[in-house]
Amino acid sequence: MKPAPFGYLRPDTLAEAIGLLKEWPQDARVMAGGQSLGPMLNLRLAQPKHVIDISRLGELCDSSMSGDTLAIGACITHAQIEDGKITDVTRGLLTQVAKGIAYRAVRNRGTLGGSLAHADPAADWLTTMIALDASLELAGTNGRSQVKVAKFVTGAMETTIEAAQLLTCVLVPRLSTSARWGYAKYARKPGDFAESMAIAVVDPDRASSRVVLGRRSEPPALMQASSQVLAGKPAESLTEKLATAIEVDLSSVRADQADWTMHRAIVLRASMSKCNSPEGFEDFPKPIWSGIITRYPRSVRNLAVSAQYAP
Amino acid sequence: MSELGVGASLPRLEDERFLHGRAQFCADIALPGTLHAAFVRSSHAHARIVAIKKPSGSEKQVYCAVDLAGLRRIRSTAKLPGFKPSDWPVLTVDKVRHVGEPIAMALGATAAEAEDIAALVEVEFEQLPAVVSMWDALAGGAPLVHEEWGSNVLVDMKLEAGDLAAAKSAAAHVVERSFRMNRMHPLPLEGRACVASYDGRLDELVIYVAHQLPVPLQIGLSQILGMSQRRVRVVAPDVGASFGLKTYVESETVCVAWAAMKLRRPVRWIQDRYESLVCDANCRDYHCKVIAYADANGRVLGMECDVTVDSGAYSPWPWPAGLEGGLALGNMQGCYDIRAFRGRAVNVVSNKPAGQPFRGVARPLSCCGHEIVMDAVAHAVGIDPLEARLRNFVQPAQMPYVSITKKTLDSGDYGAALKRAAELIGLPSIRARQKQAEPDGRLIGVGFASFYEQTAYGTGPFGYAAWGIELVPGMEPAVARLTGDGELILEVGSHSHGQGHETVFAQLANEVLGIDPRKVSVRFGDTSSSPAGTGTYASRSMVTTGGAIIEACQLLQVPIIKIGAHLLQCKEADARIRNGRVEGPQGSVEFAEIGRAWYHHPEELPADIDPAGLTAAAGHKAYDPGVFAYSAHAAVVAVDREIGSIEIIDYAIVADCGTRVNPLLVEGQVVGGFSNGLGNALYEESTYDELGQPTATTLADYTAPGAPSIPELKLDFMETRSPFAMLGMKGIGENGAIGPPAAIANAVNDALRPLGASVYETPITARRVRAAIARARSGGTA
Repeated sequence: MKPAPFGYLRPDTLAEAIGLLKEWPQDARVMAGGQSLGPMLNLRLAQPKHVIDISRLGELCDSSMSGDTLAIGACITHAQIEDGKITDVTRGLLTQVAKGIAYRAVRNRGTLGGSLAHADPAADWLTTMIALDASLELAGTNGRSQVKVAKFVTGAMETTIEAAQLLTCVLVPRLSTSARWGYAKYARKPGDFAESMAIAVVDPDRASSRVVLGRRSEPPALMQASSQVLAGKPAESLTEKLATAIEVDLSSVRADQADWTMHRAIVLRASMSKCNSPEGFEDFPKPIWSGIITRYPRSVRNLAVSAQYAP
Repeated sequence: MSELGVGASLPRLEDERFLHGRAQFCADIALPGTLHAAFVRSSHAHARIVAIKKPSGSEKQVYCAVDLAGLRRIRSTAKLPGFKPSDWPVLTVDKVRHVGEPIAMALGATAAEAEDIAALVEVEFEQLPAVVSMWDALAGGAPLVHEEWGSNVLVDMKLEAGDLAAAKSAAAHVVERSFRMNRMHPLPLEGRACVASYDGRLDELVIYVAHQLPVPLQIGLSQILGMSQRRVRVVAPDVGASFGLKTYVESETVCVAWAAMKLRRPVRWIQDRYESLVCDANCRDYHCKVIAYADANGRVLGMECDVTVDSGAYSPWPWPAGLEGGLALGNMQGCYDIRAFRGRAVNVVSNKPAGQPFRGVARPLSCCGHEIVMDAVAHAVGIDPLEARLRNFVQPAQMPYVSITKKTLDSGDYGAALKRAAELIGLPSIRARQKQAEPDGRLIGVGFASFYEQTAYGTGPFGYAAWGIELVPGMEPAVARLTGDGELILEVGSHSHGQGHETVFAQLANEVLGIDPRKVSVRFGDTSSSPAGTGTYASRSMVTTGGAIIEACQLLQVPIIKIGAHLLQCKEADARIRNGRVEGPQGSVEFAEIGRAWYHHPEELPADIDPAGLTAAAGHKAYDPGVFAYSAHAAVVAVDREIGSIEIIDYAIVADCGTRVNPLLVEGQVVGGFSNGLGNALYEESTYDELGQPTATTLADYTAPGAPSIPELKLDFMETRSPFAMLGMKGIGENGAIGPPAAIANAVNDALRPLGASVYETPITARRVRAAIARARSGGTA
């Protein structure tokens, strides 16, 4: 399919981009890597009058440290994160998540900011950034503002962004050296959106513990009871305590019985994987998807779906 | 005969052009002044068209049914008792019967412009209740897809043989299983495509089209367009796979051909993936219930089955819907010596795209039928499923064995194949492993599937003629021409769209003439220059066209030897062909010398040379009942009991297609077929909502296995030469696709047995597994 006719605009500065958005608040769509908007245009699901290409706004293509916060430009690609081109403040978590997004061709063009602004709940970054308690910087005609990712997302593909606002960067707090994280994800096949994914980040020095469940139809859910269990010291009965906490957390998550057992398992596996086990690397669970390869080296096999652990 | 002939694993010669991007698919064909077509399609599954309004200013670029006056409807018939043919309009004017049905064609200077114009066409519908599932179709008071039929039953077939009453009364065990195989899409990499133009010099239509059957398409187009066949030139260039999809006469192709003739301008239509998933003919969509009557030892005495096939809205031409139910019945007894049978197959119509044959055609369902009940028999008797099969197989000494459904199982050893497959997966160690808990909590299961495939079958009475369809295959032609420089051109009537014919056919020429396959051109796909065969389908080309090539090359030996002997000044009886030369007692001449004599210096030829010269045309009639390839599949899976995901931890296939002309290509066919079968088993499903709207319309929703999803297979081959085919060859094109749903379903259910859960529906998604476990936990039946 071919897109309906649209005007293509490529501003050179952020101010110019915001000016264009203000000019066409209803009729313009912002394009970064185009990995979601491109197919939507071709399927004519999106028929904007104007497409504003922000991929060459220099400010959005950089990352920088400020104190204990890393600001990742909205146009940084998944591939750049995967390849370690930005400072690692998450003890490898962002790299691991990036590796599991779609296929390399998509990762080469798809951007962090684009994924978050599109707010498809099945995409990996929303769940990840909420688990990291990250914030976003938005620039608009009234200047810049910051918002927690958890507050930014209000529904499936719904956010608080205003018509003349642009997501400029993602602010990720640096994890302390005592921080640990776990990650579990089930997709039907490598490269697919996750049916269920969970990320657990425990950072005792920063008194932070967050377990987040991501799934296809609803925005990510913070598993509060589970987070509290993980915040405590590792105990003998951790699995039982977690299982109880997850049941409490999932009681407010909409899912039928068959999906519920999957979410429970995914949250439990992410939580148990490393967060409370210093020997997390020892029990390396296998990636989860149907119909697996056995012929490729592990590095290839783990690209799409995995449970991975920080050192 | 040589290291390049039969039995050589020669890499594909055609890959040179594919790997260097020199292949020519329809979309690569650029003709000056081409118009692009886009189609206005039904947004409803079932609705009357009240009005069609062309966009003002673009009226002349939009064509509806009324503009195409004179075109016939596509009507595909069969002489099965009670069969109801459907009238498939080229463009619909009165009633649409599925989402995506073409209503109008828009033409533009670019594809985008054509789509823009199509988007402006307004169609007013009066929505009708839709028949979405096969059960909707059969329900009392169901809406009718074709009112004039009086019901939604396209054909109702029955097959009875042997003494079932005696089998029932002698049975110690009666087992029954029902199995659902959901609708799929054939999903070739290249979608449907065509580029049509008018050749003013020859006053003919030239249409490049992605298709498996150029000659049948030529016949079909000529009938619908009302043109002489000689004025319809169909060219199927490089085709990016098909799997059965590109076998029928499609509305879009007819429209594009009509427009090119009407406007005297090239017109092209290159389908995109969305259009393909929404509008193409689909495949599978079966249900079957099978009952087996077994004695105390697990010998199956009789079998009953009820098959239901949802054939969608229309019957494709030339192969009407309805054949699938018949094929499912006719193969339901599998490789087993079962002497009493009663089966019924009901084909229904629904408000979904037409159903058409897909790699394996109904046999994956038959295979699930006989293999799932065979596991049930094993469990009822208390023996390993492997043993149950061994006790029931038709034995080699019984062959050729005429089955209860009149299939002539010609040769092979089904037990040996299965035992080898079980050995490859290490069955005893897997059974031991199953007795222990896995460290990760997963459940291990083993599943088998043994089956035969009737390949390369012909006219009748047990071939295609029995169906009484529009186009029955008979002879397959081949022409062999030695060129002036001693190389060879083979012209054939089959079509290669991934099979590797250009390599494997050249190997046959090498086998007979000793010529280097790299000096052989294999030409096909152009009705103006290729001999008229019926194309490539039903695992037949190697046997039928291959037979014709051998015969043509053998005919060509005669003038080559005659001229060679003359040039060598020896007796013909003393001359022989070897490695592309004619050898006499005192020397040899190259084919190039023979070519030179014929084409440049006829004065050097023997006086009594046949003036037909260095061109030999032959035809080959394959054995009508076909030749029976077979396989044994053994799957080992690990099922995650919480997530429901299925990991294939081992998979063995032992296949027997008789003589393997090119073992490398045979392996490719088996692995490729397996990949289709794996999609069938675990991933692929064309889903519809309760209004008949397709819900898997992009590859984000229609999940097909990707390269990383294909497990490393353990392959082994047996070579039991068929007594009924030249060189003992049997077809292998579909074999790999037939076994995986049955083998994997049996393996998953073996894994789930400790939980009392089972899944009898493909694709076996993680969600279906979780649901089955949840049902078992809550005490429900699976």
